[in-house]
Amino acid sequence: MSETLLDVENLRVSFTTRTGTFEAVRGISFTLGRERLGIVGESGSGKSMTGRAILRLIRPPGRVEADRITMHGEDVLAATETRMRQLRGGRVSMIMQDPKFSLNPVMTVGQQLVESLRAHEKLARSECRKRAIAMLDEVAIRDPERVMGLYPHEVSGGMGQRIMIAMMLLPGPEILIADEPTSALDVSVQLQVLDIMDQLVKTRGMGLIFISHDLNLVAKFCDRIAVMYAGRIVECCKASELHKAQHPYTLGLLNAVPDLEHPRPRLEVLQRDPAWRDALSVSART
Amino acid sequence: MTDVTNGEGRRGPSFAPWLIKTVATLVTVAVTLLGLLFVTFMIGRVMPIDPVLAVIGERATQAQYDATYLELGLDKPLLVQFGIYVSDVLQGDLGKSIRTGQQVTTDIARVFPATLELATLGTLIGVAIGVPLGVLAAVKRGSWIDQVARLVGLVGYSMPIFWLGLVGLLLFYGILGWVAGPGRVGIFYQGIVEPITGMLLVDAALRGEWVVFRDAFSHIILPAALLGYYSLAYISRMTRSFMLEQLNAEYVITARVKGLSEWQVIWGHAFRNIRIQLITVIALAYANLLEGSVLTEIIFAWPGIGSYITTSLLANDMNSVLGGTIVIGSIFVGINILSDLLYRFFDPRAK
Amino acid sequence: MITANLRDWLLSDAPTSRRQARFASWYKGWLTLRSNTLAMVGLIVLALIILAAIFAPVLATHDPYAQDLGQRLLGAGQGGHLLGTDSLGRDIYSRLLYGARISIYIVLLVAMVAPLVGLIVGTVSGYAGGWADVVLMRITDIFLAFPRLILALAFVAALGAGIENAVLAISLTAWPPYARIARAETLTIRNSDYIHAIRLQGAGPFRIVTRHIWPLCISSLVIRVTLDMAGIILTAAALGFLGLGAQPPSPEWGAMISEGRKYILDYWWVATFPGLAIFAISLAFNLLGDGLRDMLDPKEDNA
Ligand SMILES: Nc1ncnc2c1ncn2[C@@H]1O[C@H](COP(=O)(O)OP(=O)(O)OP(=O)(O)O)[C@@H](O)[C@H]1O
Ligand SMILES: [Mg+2]
Repeated sequence: MSETLLDVENLRVSFTTRTGTFEAVRGISFTLGRERLGIVGESGSGKSMTGRAILRLIRPPGRVEADRITMHGEDVLAATETRMRQLRGGRVSMIMQDPKFSLNPVMTVGQQLVESLRAHEKLARSECRKRAIAMLDEVAIRDPERVMGLYPHEVSGGMGQRIMIAMMLLPGPEILIADEPTSALDVSVQLQVLDIMDQLVKTRGMGLIFISHDLNLVAKFCDRIAVMYAGRIVECCKASELHKAQHPYTLGLLNAVPDLEHPRPRLEVLQRDPAWRDALSVSART
Repeated sequence: MTDVTNGEGRRGPSFAPWLIKTVATLVTVAVTLLGLLFVTFMIGRVMPIDPVLAVIGERATQAQYDATYLELGLDKPLLVQFGIYVSDVLQGDLGKSIRTGQQVTTDIARVFPATLELATLGTLIGVAIGVPLGVLAAVKRGSWIDQVARLVGLVGYSMPIFWLGLVGLLLFYGILGWVAGPGRVGIFYQGIVEPITGMLLVDAALRGEWVVFRDAFSHIILPAALLGYYSLAYISRMTRSFMLEQLNAEYVITARVKGLSEWQVIWGHAFRNIRIQLITVIALAYANLLEGSVLTEIIFAWPGIGSYITTSLLANDMNSVLGGTIVIGSIFVGINILSDLLYRFFDPRAK
Repeated sequence: MITANLRDWLLSDAPTSRRQARFASWYKGWLTLRSNTLAMVGLIVLALIILAAIFAPVLATHDPYAQDLGQRLLGAGQGGHLLGTDSLGRDIYSRLLYGARISIYIVLLVAMVAPLVGLIVGTVSGYAGGWADVVLMRITDIFLAFPRLILALAFVAALGAGIENAVLAISLTAWPPYARIARAETLTIRNSDYIHAIRLQGAGPFRIVTRHIWPLCISSLVIRVTLDMAGIILTAAALGFLGLGAQPPSPEWGAMISEGRKYILDYWWVATFPGLAIFAISLAFNLLGDGLRDMLDPKEDNA
C-alpha cells in the first residue's frame, strides 16, 4: 500500500434546511491505497454523503468543505467541472444500492454500457459493443449478447447489480465506491455479487471503498475498516484486528449480530452515549 | 381526462391478459361513446324547441305536422327513439342543419379542417416552447426562470381566452399592424387554392401558392399563438413536475457518476424517461385546444367547428349543435385512447 | 398577554383535547400559508373584490343601468366617469362593481352544487362497491369524456340562456372530478378499523356515509374547489360572452366584453376593463389555490 490513490482530510458535508444547518459529515479524514477500505455505520451516519462528496456530486442545498481531497495528488476541490467529468467514471466510479433504481429504466443495458465507455474514450460503436460484451462476460453474465438488448426491468436484481459493476468498471477507473451494493439483493446472490466485485477489484489492482452497515460482511471483504457514527469516524482498524476494537459503538455493532457458533440467549440492544457524538473524529489515514 | 383503462399493462409473456385488456378497453370506449350519445340525445329531448316545428316551420298545417311527427319517430317509446338515433349516428347521419339546409355531417366535414389546422399549429407552438421551458424550470428549480415559468402558467390559467384574443387583435393588428385581421385568408386570395386536405396552409404549400400561404400564415399566426400560449401553460407545468420527479431518481446520479455532461444527463437520461408521459399530456392539450378553439374562432371569425356550433346555437339549430358536440366528444375519447395505446407501445415496462 | 397565551396553546406540542389539536393544525396551516407571499396576494385581492361586491351600492358613482346616449363611449376619467362609459353611456366602473356580485354569486352556487353532487356520487360509489360502483364510475367517465365548455354550451342551449341555467350547466360539467376524489377517499376510509367499530355498534350505511365518511372527504374537496374556482369563473364569463349566461342589461363581465367587442379597435377600454376584472379574480383564486395545495401537500407540485 505504498501508493495513495485518494487522500481526504477533514471532510465536511452540511445541508442548509429551513430549520438550520444539518451536518451530515463532520470532519473525517482517510486515505485509500490499492486496498479495500470498509466504511460501516448505522443509517444516517453519513456514509453515502462521504462517497458522493468525493465525486463532488453533492448538490445545493448541500455543501462540501475539506482541507484536502486529492486523487493521485490532483486537487479534486479545485478541479474544473470539465476535468471533474473526466475523473468521474474515468478515475472513480460508484455503485449504488438498488439496480432497480440506479439503472435507467427506458434504456437497454447495452445502451447504458456503451454510453459509459464512450463518455471517456473516443471509440467506434462496434468496438464499444465488443468491449461491453466482454465486460458482461467478466461479471459472469451468460449470453451477454442477449442481455445487451434487455431493459433493466427484464433482469433480476443480482444480474442488475453485476451489470452495474460492469458498467462502472468499463472505462477502467482505479477507485470504486460501492455504496451498500448488496443490501437490496436476495441473500442468496449477495455473496456471489460481492465475490465477483472483489475479484475484479483485486485483479485490476484498484482501490475499493465498501460502504455497508453490516460489520461482519465488511470484515470479511475488506483490509481496513472505518466505523462511522453521526458523521464522524469513531474507530479505525485493520479487519484482522477487529476483535481488538475499543470503541463501545463498534463493540455494540459486533454484539448486535447473531452468531451461530456462539449463540446467546438475547441479542444486545445498542445503547448510544451522547458523548460519542461530540468526540473528535479518528483519522483513518495511513 | 378519461381514464379508460385502469392501471398499466402487466408484465409477462402470456398473450391472454393483453387480449383481455384490449377487449376491456374497446368495451369501455363503446360504453363511453354510447353514454355520450345518450347525453346529447337527452339534451335534444328536454329542449324547449319543438323538433317538428324546427323541421317544417311555424306555418305548416296540422296534417304536415302529424306526418313529420311520425316520420321522426316521436310517437315511439324513448328507448326505441334512442336506438334509432344511435343507428343513425353510426351511419354518419347527424340529421339536417336547419340553418344551412345541408346534412350536419357535410357541414362538419367542411368546417373541421380549419379547426384542425388552428389547433395543430397551436399545439406545435405550445410544445416547442412549453417543453423546453418546463425542463429548464425543473433543472433550475427556484431560479428566476422557474418563477417566470410559474407566472406564465398562472397567467395562462387565469386569462379569459376570448379577451386575450381581443387584446391581441387590438395590439398586433389594430395598433402595430404586424398581422392580418380576423378571417382565414384575405378577401383577394379566397378560393384560389383548390382544397386537398382542407387545411389552407398545407394546401397552399402543396400547390405552391406561396402568396396565399403568406397571407394565410399572417391570418393564422395570432390565433394559433394564442391557443399555443394556453397549451404552453399546461405543457410546461406538467413537464416541470415530471422532470422534478426524474431528476431526483437514482439513475440520474448514476449518469453523473459515469462522467456525462449535464446536458446529456438532462436530455439523454431524465428527459428520455418523461417522453412517454409527455405524449399523454400533449395529446390532452391537443384535445383541449380543439375545444378551446370555440371561443378563439369567434373572436377571429375563423370558419371552424367552434364558430359552426355557436352560430348554430344562436340560431336554435339543435342538430348542428349536438352533431358538433358528438364529433368533438368522440375526438376527445379517441385522442385519449390513442395516447393510452401510445403509452403502452412506447414504454418498455408496459410490454 | 392573551395573544401570547393563545399562541402557546395553539402551538403546544401536546394538545390536551381534540379541539385544541384541530385548531392547532389549522393555525399551523395558516402560518405556512401566510409565509407564501403569492398566496397572500391572492387572498387580499379576493377579499378586496368581495368587499367591492358587498359595498357596490356605496362605492358606485353611477347607476349601473342608467343609460345616457349623450355620454356614450367616453374615455377613462372623462365626464366624471372613472373608467369611461360603454356604448349606451353607462358608467363602466359602477357596472364592474355590480358585475362582481354576479361572478361571486355564480362561483358560490357552482362551488356548492358541483362538489355536493360529486360527494354523493363518489361516496355512494366507493362505499357500496360492486355494480353500483361500476355504473356510477362509468357515468362519471362519460361526463369526463366530454369537452366541458361544449357540454355546457349544449346544456344551456337546451335549458335556455340565463344565470341559473349557466350555473346548472357548469355544475353538470364540473362534478365528475369531485366524484373521483370522494370515491378515492371513501375507499381508503371504508376498510379502516374505526369504521368497522362503528359498524359493529350498529350504525347503518346512511349514517356511516353522512356522519363519518363525508367529514373526512371535505378537506380534499375544498382544495380542489379552490383550484377550480378560476375555471368556473372563466367558463361563466365565456357563457356570458357568447350571450348564453347573464342577459343584457346585466353588468356581467363576460357580457360586457361581448358588448365592447364591436368597439375594440377604437374604444379599447370598453372591453378591456371587464377583462382585467375577470383576470384579477381568477388569478387571485389560482394563487390562493396553489398556496393551499403547497400548504397541505408540500411535495406535490403538479396539477
Ligand atoms: N438533501 C438533504 N437535506 C438535508 N439532509 C440531508 C439531505 N440528504 C441527506 N441528508 C442527511 O444526511 C445524513 C447522512 O445521510 P447518508 O445518506 O450519508 O446516510 P447513510 O449513512 O448513507 O445512511 P443509509 O445507511 O440509510 O444509506 C442523513 O441524516 C440525512 O438525513
Ligand atoms: Mg446510504
